[in-house]
Amino acid sequence: MSRPSASASTSSSSRSSRSRYGKEVKELQDALNQNKIESKRDAIRKIIDAMTRGKDVSMLFPDVAKNMETSNLELKKLVYLYIINYAKIMPDLAVMAVNSFRKDARDKTNPFLRALAIRTMGCIRVKLITEYLLDPLKESIKDEDSYVRKTAAICISKLYDVSPELIEEQGLLKLLENLLNDGNAMVVANAVCALLIVQESKGTTMLQLNPYTIQKILTAMNECNEWGVIYCLDALAMYIPEDGKEAEAILERVSPRLNHNNPGVVLSACKIMMKFLDYLQNPETIRQNALKMTAPLISLLSLGKEPEIQYVALKNINLIIQKRPIIIEKDIKVFFCNFNDPIYIKLQKLEVLSKLANNDNIQQILHELKEYTQEVDVEFVRKSVRTIGRCAIKLEKAAEKCVTALWECLKTKVNYVVMESIIVIRDIFRKYPRKYEMILKDLCENLKSLEDPEAKASMIWIIGEYVDTIENADSLLANFSENFKDEPANVQHQILVAVMKLFLQRPNDGKELIHNLLKTATIECENPDLRDRAYIYWRMLSTDPELAKKIVFTERPTISDSSYTIENELLDKLIENIGNLSSVYTKKPESFVKKLRDVLNSKIADKIDDVYDQDQLMEGKPEDYSDQQGGQSTVYENNYDTSSQIQSQIQQSQIQQVSQKIDLLELDDNQPQQQQQQQPQIQTQIQTQIPTQSIQNIRIPFAEVLTANTPGSQTQVQGLSIETAFQKNGDKIVLDLKITNKTQDKTFSDFGIKFNKNPFKLQPDTIEIQCQPVFPGQTQIAQSLINTNGPAFEEPPQMPYKIQVALKTNLDVFYFFIPMSLSVLFSSTASITQQKFIELSQAQNIARKQEVLQIQIDPQRMKERLERNYFFLIGVRKDERGVELLSYAASLVNGMPLLVNVIHTPTAINLQLQVPHPTLMPLLYQAIGFILTLN
Amino acid sequence: MISSLSFINQKGEILIYRVYKDDISRNEITQFCAKMIATKENKEFPIINIDQTSFIHISIKDIIILATTKTDVNVAMVLEFLYQLSKICKSYFQGNLDENCIKKSFVLIYEILDEVLDYGIPQIADPNLLQKFIQEGGVQQETTINIEKLRQLTFTLTGVVSWRPIGLYYEKNELYLDIIESVNLLISAKDTVLRAEVVGSIELKSKLTGMPECQIGMNDKLLMGKQQKQTKQTIGISIDDMKFHPCVRLPKFDKDRTITFIPPDGHCQLISYRISENINIPFKVNVFYSEIIDNKLEIRLKIKSIYDNNIYGTNVLVKVPVPKNTVNAITATALGKARYEVEEQSVIWRIKKFQGDFETSLRCEINLGTTNKDQVWSKPPLKMEFQIPMFTASGLRVRFLKVMEKAGYKTNKWIRYLTKGGEYLHRL
Repeated sequence: MSRPSASASTSSSSRSSRSRYGKEVKELQDALNQNKIESKRDAIRKIIDAMTRGKDVSMLFPDVAKNMETSNLELKKLVYLYIINYAKIMPDLAVMAVNSFRKDARDKTNPFLRALAIRTMGCIRVKLITEYLLDPLKESIKDEDSYVRKTAAICISKLYDVSPELIEEQGLLKLLENLLNDGNAMVVANAVCALLIVQESKGTTMLQLNPYTIQKILTAMNECNEWGVIYCLDALAMYIPEDGKEAEAILERVSPRLNHNNPGVVLSACKIMMKFLDYLQNPETIRQNALKMTAPLISLLSLGKEPEIQYVALKNINLIIQKRPIIIEKDIKVFFCNFNDPIYIKLQKLEVLSKLANNDNIQQILHELKEYTQEVDVEFVRKSVRTIGRCAIKLEKAAEKCVTALWECLKTKVNYVVMESIIVIRDIFRKYPRKYEMILKDLCENLKSLEDPEAKASMIWIIGEYVDTIENADSLLANFSENFKDEPANVQHQILVAVMKLFLQRPNDGKELIHNLLKTATIECENPDLRDRAYIYWRMLSTDPELAKKIVFTERPTISDSSYTIENELLDKLIENIGNLSSVYTKKPESFVKKLRDVLNSKIADKIDDVYDQDQLMEGKPEDYSDQQGGQSTVYENNYDTSSQIQSQIQQSQIQQVSQKIDLLELDDNQPQQQQQQQPQIQTQIQTQIPTQSIQNIRIPFAEVLTANTPGSQTQVQGLSIETAFQKNGDKIVLDLKITNKTQDKTFSDFGIKFNKNPFKLQPDTIEIQCQPVFPGQTQIAQSLINTNGPAFEEPPQMPYKIQVALKTNLDVFYFFIPMSLSVLFSSTASITQQKFIELSQAQNIARKQEVLQIQIDPQRMKERLERNYFFLIGVRKDERGVELLSYAASLVNGMPLLVNVIHTPTAINLQLQVPHPTLMPLLYQAIGFILTLN
Repeated sequence: MISSLSFINQKGEILIYRVYKDDISRNEITQFCAKMIATKENKEFPIINIDQTSFIHISIKDIIILATTKTDVNVAMVLEFLYQLSKICKSYFQGNLDENCIKKSFVLIYEILDEVLDYGIPQIADPNLLQKFIQEGGVQQETTINIEKLRQLTFTLTGVVSWRPIGLYYEKNELYLDIIESVNLLISAKDTVLRAEVVGSIELKSKLTGMPECQIGMNDKLLMGKQQKQTKQTIGISIDDMKFHPCVRLPKFDKDRTITFIPPDGHCQLISYRISENINIPFKVNVFYSEIIDNKLEIRLKIKSIYDNNIYGTNVLVKVPVPKNTVNAITATALGKARYEVEEQSVIWRIKKFQGDFETSLRCEINLGTTNKDQVWSKPPLKMEFQIPMFTASGLRVRFLKVMEKAGYKTNKWIRYLTKGGEYLHRL
């Protein structure tokens, strides 16, 4: 509650109002202290009224609290309401209320009074008094009245929020769990709900879902009220059935709920159905169960249904049909917009319509869409036009019909319709080059009304693309060029490109224009991108015009409709949350719920702590590391339980290397403050330009694989220390060795190396290593070439990926493991096309995972780095929010594809990894981390 | 779950504000009010997230009911709850929910809010039940001291049949069924049916003693197909989807499509249903717009009723849209009255009684002003409203209604039918 503003001011008028205010307070105090119930009630009504309006009436707390022990239930409820409001800011006074609660909670006669006390005391969120409430709470859990018990169940979750330690200590969570066995369904449902709330803030499983509890919940679901049904369903949705049979049995119990009147029940039932269908085997059972959802979902959209609920339903249908299109195939008419639909429903319906469009219904849909383009709401009209375009790109066979529809849109001459149409037609031209030239004439008639920069840029692009067909292209472009300097960047850009195309195709018409333009762009423009492009064009033209033509008119990657679909991984997550806010926002819950994020972060932090706990030898500051590199250290999450010495050494060296690198990159913590302030520019430069030198491949740092005190396998010779690293050298794999002799008197020579069988069939070209003898105290560097024709080892690589090696010397044979980064194994020939990428990323048996790399790197540099290491950029597209998504792919030497979608944010890089085998996931993540951070 | 609930007026003033979890501040709500409601910016979007707080709201006339949360709440449930809450309030205020009654009875609303939600988790939202123990001016003392009555009440509240109290007694046992259908129709400018749908509901009003078991049977194709061989007379209709009041036993319906239930006392919506096949469209409309000369528009309208001539449609209203720059309209018709209404931007034609199988027409001459001639007039669709008693557009009929109670009393049963115009639209 905010404090009143009157108290702060000093003017005379407000002083008088303050004194009036003071008088009012006095009157209220008097009334509260009277004996008559009526006057008390009146006074507290006034107080609550003031409270509602945001006035501060906390000074009355002692007077109000005195009235707690009244026998009048109405008065008591009002007093409680007041106390709930102010207890937090007046914890000392709140203690006064404790006795009354304790007394009421033990009232022998009235269950409502007991429940009221339990319910209210849970709302007083003051740690100080929680302790006093535990006894009455424990009693109420065993109360004979189910109404009190159901209130007690929720009260436990309330108090857990205030003082979790106390609640756990006192065993209340156990008591809450026991309530699942209660005979009353409402009590069970509330217990389920309370457990889920505790589970969310605690981050560990509280509601144990097993066949026994599932039965309990299913039984309760049949007997409790509609809200209880929802809690039961939401809990069931978290269960992972053991097999298809169990899933089917649960579905049988759940599907009748689809006929419930409450949309919350319907959507929660759909959530379970959608999730459990994945566990069924028989296609016919799947089909039948899926179709059960059709009618109930459509009913949520019937006219007269509350618009807000329709909106949620539409958002969810949009998800559901992407996962299982069969559920809504025929019923497109329900998604037609009604004149009176609120705009948020109309826009969402268009979204669904474009998903449902196919070659059979396109005629009907187009007819509707054309109708919508004549309406008045600009946003709706524009989206309708855009939807026509999406249909054209999605359905090649129907593209012509869509183009005709857009043609009609152009002819309306309504400004925003025309502009949107032009934008859409540009995309169609990109998808179907040179196919629909007949509308060029009408397009060119609409040049004057293009206020929207995107429409203008699109139009200029189209002219540039068809300079050979459009006769007066030169004069059109000349017109556009007149205001070149005042145009926004995207328009300038297109003018430059289009004029370039004009000149290359029709040199005589474009000569003067390009000359002037390049001059303006290079001399007068401040936009560096534009200037650079102009310079590049200029030089290309002055060196090799034919080559320039090739470059400018090069074949472009085709666009597809896939940019509107939700990534599979996100989709699955959202399906798990049908009916929830996340399904409406199309975002993962943790992205907008702070609590979930905190729990996730603390889990990651715990894991990191574990790593450090195990590695006592670690130097440096673990806290710093975990703070800055929380994301990156998940690389190691799978391997901290390994205990062999060698492995922990490898880990150690890896972690050290990474953290050293990080220190170099993020100068902040170790750098003196002054220096930072003096040289802010240099600072940022260093941050953004992580790799400063350009080298062919990254250098994997050496790892110590054999320590001097490790004895050999035969004669137990000690004193040989070896550091190695697999490297990529061009398209070759090599093994670099650093051999150090730490003995006093022995000389090592005649080195030979052999690999154990390994997943990528690596083996050295020759067993002998070309290396000088190593005398005591000396170090020699050697290199061994590696090929991939070795014997196969069937098991997939584990994290950390290492190869067992035998090293022969004149004195003994040593066995050790050499760690390997996946980056060494990328094949140097790009074999994954965009088409192939889409196919692969939609394949069922591919593993997906989201990761974050906490490094700052600009996209261009990242691309350079990755491509130099044979990780190629396949395509760039924008998702629904307009966020740019870069798709990279590589294939391993054994042909396995690795796919990564990258989103750049100012502080980090979000990676979506897709690999054919889950064990490759951490390896790939590690490899990308290496490529982007190592030199 | 829900962190706070508020009732807000059009000006963005908070009328009721109840906090359930302390992760929200009043400031956030006032900011939302100032930003969204007072300025009407983005007000349409029912669900928005601002700085990690989700604002979920519905509008009931001039009152906005707003729930806030910081978790990934089941939003379908929250919205449904908000609507049920509005119904609860209305049931206390004789069907109204406006600023005046909220201000007058805010204490009562706070009391309701304390009961319907606990820690932001919906608990009970049945108006009939709530009225048993929450009343304006406090519940009478005798109920609060009668232990037996209190027991019964809490038993009902948490029991299997939470919608019906124990021990009801009526001198006369009566059961009323109202079958009310809304026809939603969308006809294109070329006279093809784009969408025809009936959204119906079966409203139940019961005054019955004890715990009666009821069963209702309709001419549902799926049910009838199971029971008997189809003769011409008994061909059922196919119902797309049915939704039931919580009292209906869903597993039983799922198994053999019989509808059995123990009815709540008083009024409830027992079933809502949706039918989209074989709809009897009650009216056929023909309309022509023609520009006679500049600034003059002629509209000819023909309406034909296509139901039996022994039944009558009542309160028929046709809303014929006219351009914005209409000055006046001269109308001529044989039946009912028609006139131009500025605020509706339409010619409204009202007919009190419309016999079945009958045709009538309307002719309007519209005089237009000279302004904004260039602007294209985006014609809204023509809309019809009507009520036709004893007629169902879907053809749905109640075949039987059984009441079984161990006392074995006789029940008087009434069944009525009514079809209304829902979104009955003709595009022009």
